[in-house]
Amino acid sequence: MNKKISDIIFKNKVVLLFLFLCVGATIASKQPLTFVIPELFTRIARNSFIVLSLIIPVVAGLGMNFGIVIGAMAAQVALFLTTYWGLTGIGGFLATVALATPLAVFFGYLIGVLFNHMKGNEMIGGLVLGYFAEGIYQLIFLFIFGGVIKMNNPTLMIATGVGVKNTIDLKDTVKYALDTVPMLTIVEVAFYLFLIGTVLSVLIKTVKKQEVNWKDTLLRMIAAAAIYAVTFIRPIEQFLSADRLLLLSAVEIACFGTVIWQAVKFARWRWNVKKLGMENLSRSAQFNRNRAIANVFLAVVVYALTYVPYLYNILIAVKLPVMTYLCIAALCGFNNILLKTRLGQNMRTVGQSRTVANAAGINVDRTRIIAMIFSTVLASWGQLIFLQNVGTLSTYGAHTQVGQFAIAAILVGGASIQKATNRQALLGIVLFHTLFIVSPLAGKELFGDPVIGEYFRVFVSYGVIAMALAMHAWKKVAKPKEQEQNQVEPGTAE
Amino acid sequence: MEKTKETYVLKMDNIAKEYSGNRVLKGVNLHIRPGEIHALMGENGAGKSTLMNILFGMPVIHSTGGFEGTIEVDGKQVNIDTPLKAMELGIGMVHQEFMLIPGFSVTENIKVGREISNPNLASRLFGRSMETLDYEAMDRDARKALKTIGLQIEEYVKVAGLPVGYMQFIEIARELDKTGIRILVFDEPTAVLTESEADRLLEAMRVISSQGIAIIFITHRLDEVMAVADGMTILRDGEFVARKEIKDTNVAEIAELMVGRKVEKLVDDNGEEDHRVIHDDEIAVSLRNYKVDMPGEQVKGIDLDIRKGEIFGIGGLAGQGKLGIPNGIMGLYKAEGEVRINGDLLDLNQLGDALEHKVAFVSEDRRGVGLLLDESIEQNIVFSAMQTNGKFLKKVAWMKLYDAAAAKAHAEKMVKTLDIRCTGIRQAAGSLSGGNQQKVCLARALTLEPDILFVSEPTRGIDIGAKKLVLEYLAKLNREQGMTVIIVSSELVELRSISDRIAIVSDGKLASILSPDASDAEFGLAMSGSRKGGH
Amino acid sequence: MNHPLKKLTAKFGLPRVLIVSFFFLLVVAAAGFRMNLPQLLSDLLRRWGMFGILALAMVPAVQCGIGLNFGISMGIVGGLLGGLIVIQMGIAQSPALVAIHPLAAMWAAILVAILIGVVLAIGIGYGYGLLLNRVKGSEMTVTTYVGFSIIAFMNMMWMLLPFSNGELIWPNAGKGLRNTISLASSFSGVMNDTFALQIGDLKIPTGLLLFFFLMCFLVWLFMRSKTGMAMSAAGANPMFAKAAGINVNKMRLIGTVLSTVLAAVGILVYAQGFGFMQLYNGPMMMGFTSVAAVLIGGASPKRAAIPHVLLGTFLFQGILALGLPVANQFIPESNLSEVMRLIISNGIIIYAMTQTKGGSGRE
Repeated sequence: MNKKISDIIFKNKVVLLFLFLCVGATIASKQPLTFVIPELFTRIARNSFIVLSLIIPVVAGLGMNFGIVIGAMAAQVALFLTTYWGLTGIGGFLATVALATPLAVFFGYLIGVLFNHMKGNEMIGGLVLGYFAEGIYQLIFLFIFGGVIKMNNPTLMIATGVGVKNTIDLKDTVKYALDTVPMLTIVEVAFYLFLIGTVLSVLIKTVKKQEVNWKDTLLRMIAAAAIYAVTFIRPIEQFLSADRLLLLSAVEIACFGTVIWQAVKFARWRWNVKKLGMENLSRSAQFNRNRAIANVFLAVVVYALTYVPYLYNILIAVKLPVMTYLCIAALCGFNNILLKTRLGQNMRTVGQSRTVANAAGINVDRTRIIAMIFSTVLASWGQLIFLQNVGTLSTYGAHTQVGQFAIAAILVGGASIQKATNRQALLGIVLFHTLFIVSPLAGKELFGDPVIGEYFRVFVSYGVIAMALAMHAWKKVAKPKEQEQNQVEPGTAE
Repeated sequence: MEKTKETYVLKMDNIAKEYSGNRVLKGVNLHIRPGEIHALMGENGAGKSTLMNILFGMPVIHSTGGFEGTIEVDGKQVNIDTPLKAMELGIGMVHQEFMLIPGFSVTENIKVGREISNPNLASRLFGRSMETLDYEAMDRDARKALKTIGLQIEEYVKVAGLPVGYMQFIEIARELDKTGIRILVFDEPTAVLTESEADRLLEAMRVISSQGIAIIFITHRLDEVMAVADGMTILRDGEFVARKEIKDTNVAEIAELMVGRKVEKLVDDNGEEDHRVIHDDEIAVSLRNYKVDMPGEQVKGIDLDIRKGEIFGIGGLAGQGKLGIPNGIMGLYKAEGEVRINGDLLDLNQLGDALEHKVAFVSEDRRGVGLLLDESIEQNIVFSAMQTNGKFLKKVAWMKLYDAAAAKAHAEKMVKTLDIRCTGIRQAAGSLSGGNQQKVCLARALTLEPDILFVSEPTRGIDIGAKKLVLEYLAKLNREQGMTVIIVSSELVELRSISDRIAIVSDGKLASILSPDASDAEFGLAMSGSRKGGH
Repeated sequence: MNHPLKKLTAKFGLPRVLIVSFFFLLVVAAAGFRMNLPQLLSDLLRRWGMFGILALAMVPAVQCGIGLNFGISMGIVGGLLGGLIVIQMGIAQSPALVAIHPLAAMWAAILVAILIGVVLAIGIGYGYGLLLNRVKGSEMTVTTYVGFSIIAFMNMMWMLLPFSNGELIWPNAGKGLRNTISLASSFSGVMNDTFALQIGDLKIPTGLLLFFFLMCFLVWLFMRSKTGMAMSAAGANPMFAKAAGINVNKMRLIGTVLSTVLAAVGILVYAQGFGFMQLYNGPMMMGFTSVAAVLIGGASPKRAAIPHVLLGTFLFQGILALGLPVANQFIPESNLSEVMRLIISNGIIIYAMTQTKGGSGRE
């Protein structure tokens, strides 16, 4: 038992270390949680998407993708152009996404091709490539825009007419474009998307002369329509017409959701048992009673805790931008679903061993390129989410630290060069950004100068990456030796 | 050749292959009946792997000009030009190195690259790669394949934790899971297994063949062949020697067929008489319980005495440990046990101690260990002597600097003596031909002025003329300077033509010490050291 | 017509051919704009000497097998500390020395700074070398981030270290050391001005160049010594070296320490030529600049020699020195030169990385 605990501590040493650092720094900063937590949730909304975009390349064995900086640049080029063209609001935002995506696909492809030429050096290659792209980016924004391509817009361009200004204000264009989508709209759009998807699916099936499960399709349509109909009920409509959600409401919804979900699961299990009999159930259809009880219990406890005044004050201080958080959740889901597809399995295989993948007839280079395209596109979207929330585009600075901080965050969450999950990414964001919020304040309290705290957090971000890289390299050297020993064993046992 | 007209699942006829003018296969036939376990035997370099590469349509064959001869599968002539084609024809391979991913479950490993998946909306729009995996169907298939070979493991456990012996079985299960598998190639499958695991593997092979799948069994172990195979084909030097039914032959005959050939005269006597006096009590190198941890060439405890002034040969098949012996002494790989050089105990943990004891070594891995490929011939020749004996250095003030003049003079002398063909001593060693590179390695070893010279695979990859010259020079060193020369080689011919005694190493242990005049059967048995012969 | 060009690119690599052509293009352009060529050449020579030793630090690193040392910031930090200590002690103002000759006092100051820097760099380099021996095959990735980390760490240290000299700390209420520290009262330009020759508009910083060449010569001598040659062999082929009884790890350690020491000397030489010491993030990217310089000169991640340093630094700094005024002819007051630096230095590094197979260098 003791060994088990020390094992857990050892495995999560990075996370634990940063947990202590965060708690310590928060206490030292003497800031109330009602300040820290809302700030933290703002930062989670801003940064999660781009951090989550790091996961796919890790799975495909490319390590931490320092090339996401280039995805961010693609986003900024697109954003600058749509701003120049005067597109605003959610429409402007979507147009920016539509423009950034092909750019990011193209860059992602190029990065993938380049990485295939430097296998084993992808990370340092990505870093240097980022600096190289920085040069090209500056060339475009300082000399091409206005210089080669005539642009006439005094608010965006430097007075001489050549080169783009240092900061671009997005207040009147896409600031909060995504954050302020009302929940009602989201439900509506989701409903229509579902309809289109179902119809499309049925159409394709009939064209390809495959069997269509009409009963299932109809049932699903009715369910969707019912949910949509509920939104016409007055109080619900009023609740949904807001674009932000109180953290308190979110927690409450989560608690009720958990309980209902477990109930549904239980009902489905009973129904299956009746229909198929106990023995014929596949492993995935089994019902774990203990886990269900634990989940329900947890939900109840969390709900009870919301009545503690101290926590209540924190919970009502935070307002979540619903659409942004939904995007983040969708990306988490996408990462999971992708891994359960053929392509995802190929990526995993390539990531684990290129030799085996090759022997199994998987096109290794192509799979790696696809992974890079995914990551770059997601990173560009992530940067757009970040920028619409911040509200100003610092033309020459917004992207420079993107890779650095995103990678540091995911590593703080316990990820390594070979393994990264959604959970590690989210945990990492929470820890890393807590440190980011409180360390200048803690520096001021402890050393009388907030700058020290700022330097400290920069050092942490570099240090954690350096450590992860060194550990990874270390393992790589030690590994072949271990394998040899394993192979000797049967011989000596003879 | 066969008496009756039989049906064959695979017929390879008159296969010939050339690599840049070097004929490695010279009209080989391989005929396999359905459901037969057929052993493919031969020494290293006999052409087994080239033959298999042809069967699998490997790019290495087709990028070097293809091959001659015909291949028939099930009586139909086929053209196998890609590994995919071979797979489609139902030809599978169980690799010597495991092609498994430790982090994956057994199912995932069995199904790698051939996952079962269900279509969904995304896959209908973006193509098959977006289909969702059907884990349950995959598990079912995996269970079936595992059951066929009688392996009792859960299909969802990770491979990482399994014993080495199981890995081979998972590889086999993967091949069996491929639909329409007809021919399965086992490439030295028992090399890494313990005895009981090997027995289980042989049992599994019998089960597989009883289902009508033919097995090509590549191995060195005669006892396994006798135990499990139905027929066998022997190759030697790229030539087809014989196809035998196991029931018509015996161990001694096979051993003779594998090794047997006339002993070519590689070294001319020049009519000189042998004036050497070799005493049994003057021991140059003495090994006691000597072990070396060299990957792929494990030495597992050897006792050996090599007398002063003799030419001693060490032979054996590749991977049996003969190369580990000199590499361990030189400190290139971790070694333990007692090693005495002229009676002095060698400190195996101290790098360079062998060099201090005037032992020199010419490595079998010329390009990897033997040479600084980008450096000049001169550098390569003088380097070791400079580092070990402090030669070719001159004192300037307090510094010891490279003495270019002395090095140049010496290098030029060596180039002349050994007849190294080059544009000059400034030429980069990497751009020389194999034979000349070998001479440079030899020159460096001789510059050390050793008492004892280890030469590993002295003639590997060099042409016949250079071969002769190198061997003659080694004999001359031995005769004229009384240098103890130890030659480690896979080529029995050259060992027998020059050595006074030959030790055969099998499975990391000493199989026997033979006189060069011993019979072919004796050498054959010692080399393909069945476990019975080994210990 | 196409053929010789192809041969040229095959031999030197397309980026190098482009860079050399670009350099000549700049020279022609500068002449075409009737710029003051001797003055530009003076600038180039000054930069050559200033950056040369930092690029020279790559030679032992590459030769001993750790590859391109992006982490010379380890040594740079040592050098900066040496400089700070000398200013703190006020050696350049010590009356006894000034009495002999003001230049003598400055020389004493920089030599003491170099001495302190070297001692610190030996210690840092040793630890750094031990780390690198454990991460064989991934040195480049690790060195880069360890280099960044030490800069970030020293950022905190510059705030906390107990220096008190008014030249060093912020004048008023601020805390910690200044961002840029003027060397006017210590050793600014001491090498540049020694034996400086003025021929018309052309100013030759004789002392600086002599010191640079002296360093090159010392490294060259070392490379021809028994240890130096053993080190090169260990880098080129670790197994070969092992077969010759050489302790490969020890050789890598020596190479790393030497590289770190040269970086410490290099930053002080750079600082005296520049007239200021830059703390905080100033030296962050110096590793990249130095790596790019030797690569432009023809080095590879496996092989680097003194001529690569001399040629590479000259070309790279030449482009930067000429590029700024030429670019200003097109777009006044632009920082096109900085953009050029980014593209050229990182472009050549990427090129070099695609030319070598990854994962090599392990024993």
